[in-house]
Amino acid sequence: MSISVENLTIHESASLLADKKISSVELCKAYVDRARKLEPKIKAFLKLNEEEIFSQAKASDERRVSGKSLSPYDGVPVAIKDNITVKGQSCTCASKILEGLNSPYDATVIKKLKEKGFVLYGRTNMDEFAMGSSCENSSFQKTANPWDTNCVPGGSSGGSAASVAAGEVTAALGSDTGGSIRQPASLCGVVGFKPTYGRISRYGLIAFASSLDQIGPITRDVEDAAILTDAMYGRDSMDATSLPSTNESFAEGLGSLKDLKGVRIGLPKECFEVEGLDAGVRKIMDKSIQVFKDLGAEMVQVSLPHSKYAVATYYVIATAEASANLARFDGIRYGKRVKTDGLLETYLETRGAGFGDEVKRRIILGTFVLSSGYYDAYYTKGQKVRTLIRKDFQEAYRKCDVVLTPVSPTTAFKFNEKSDPLQMYLADIFTISTNLAGICGISVPADVHENGLPVGIQLVGPDMGEKQLLRISHIFERNRPRKEFIPGI
Amino acid sequence: MEKKIIDVKYVAALARLELDEDKEQRLQKEMETILNYVNSLSELDVSGIEPTAHAVQMTNVLRNDVSSSTFPRDVMLANAPETVGGELIKVPAVIPGEEES
Repeated sequence: MSISVENLTIHESASLLADKKISSVELCKAYVDRARKLEPKIKAFLKLNEEEIFSQAKASDERRVSGKSLSPYDGVPVAIKDNITVKGQSCTCASKILEGLNSPYDATVIKKLKEKGFVLYGRTNMDEFAMGSSCENSSFQKTANPWDTNCVPGGSSGGSAASVAAGEVTAALGSDTGGSIRQPASLCGVVGFKPTYGRISRYGLIAFASSLDQIGPITRDVEDAAILTDAMYGRDSMDATSLPSTNESFAEGLGSLKDLKGVRIGLPKECFEVEGLDAGVRKIMDKSIQVFKDLGAEMVQVSLPHSKYAVATYYVIATAEASANLARFDGIRYGKRVKTDGLLETYLETRGAGFGDEVKRRIILGTFVLSSGYYDAYYTKGQKVRTLIRKDFQEAYRKCDVVLTPVSPTTAFKFNEKSDPLQMYLADIFTISTNLAGICGISVPADVHENGLPVGIQLVGPDMGEKQLLRISHIFERNRPRKEFIPGI
Repeated sequence: MEKKIIDVKYVAALARLELDEDKEQRLQKEMETILNYVNSLSELDVSGIEPTAHAVQMTNVLRNDVSSSTFPRDVMLANAPETVGGELIKVPAVIPGEEES
């Protein structure tokens, strides 16, 4: 049977599979066929191995026939960002320095997805080591936005967002250090969710900035994001920073809010005064605020006075941690080694040839802020401002349940449009504070801009506030200015 | 000439990154721009503020003291750039003149 899969969600696929209207092999075949057709234009995947996909799908179908399905979602494909390890598969982080690496183990999230029977479907493109906001920093290919192939999909999880938006797969995993799930989701018209820091184990996620990194889902709707979070969250002995399991289901009761009476939505005044906030994006924000008002929510003004320092703080802390984390890529134990004379030369040449420009930029910045004589002025200072940013949010949550902001100041931009690194950094101005504060945030598509590109809104919840955040996102999704988000690809 | 905020050549050496002259000059300019922006932090008074190293304030995270298996040697060595007979990682000479380990 041939079906149209491009708008299918995880929960819809689960019903089709349960009703025997489709098999996992048929489902995966429909996606693979579509991907083969679209990939020459979109280039979302670094690797799409049909043999691996169909052997998992076949095993899932056999389980279902014999009544041994591992979960309702057994057989549904999920694409994986290329910085999350899957045993026996490549994991390059879109970097030449990890070309040829074969992961010796499964990341905890992969282990958990396998336990539910999800089919691991291809590895998605990204900015090298998750450093970037456009996917242009991949060492291998440039991913295009399915809404306009002259535009970037956002980043760093651009391949994951583009693959879901283009209907090449049902859902995908991304990672978010400063907005890398939420920004590409907004730019591609899909849902992107970054849970509270520590909710989901980082074991098997190749580290960029360890105190900020968080794995999360990129999906077609909020319900799918909740389903994947349910499957992945919880305490993991392999990650000492993972939070204790709370034994709650985010998918269960997701649609229980009939209106938003009694819910307070915080509007940080600073976010609406940001220089460079596109007028069309601003208009969609206003329309979205009206949706919340119509649902009965109380809109309250809050203040995040230190948010204007978030980007500067982030580029001190994230680069400092990155320079330490990326020190391990030295050509000695694994990965690429440039053969030369002597140890120092091996380090210099391997890292010189293996890392791309943006990664070098950030390693140098991070090394500088940690170096003798500058440590206190930059790194310690950054950590102190981080405290202030975190306090701003704590203060705001006395007055409101969630905070509403834009995700990105603009819609998807054209390739090479932001050639100045600082300009690219400023694209993350609304998403970065969430990571610094360690709280949870989601990007939900709201409307389509006059230029034909999708725009999402960001809702930010307090520590461990996922349940309420997802419920509010879900009711917004049902009432948002535009119902369907289907790119014309 | 204006005083340099950062000496990219020196920092790149600390970070074990080889840069050609062109790239070094370009990075020098880019870093000055980025650091000028980052220096906006200096206008903030942070005296008396505790630094946040981590958003999750957990201390003494312990696991049960039980033994478990680790990765077999061949699995870990499978990704090594060079090995000595499949048993050890072959590393470049650390002391000049010592060609074979």
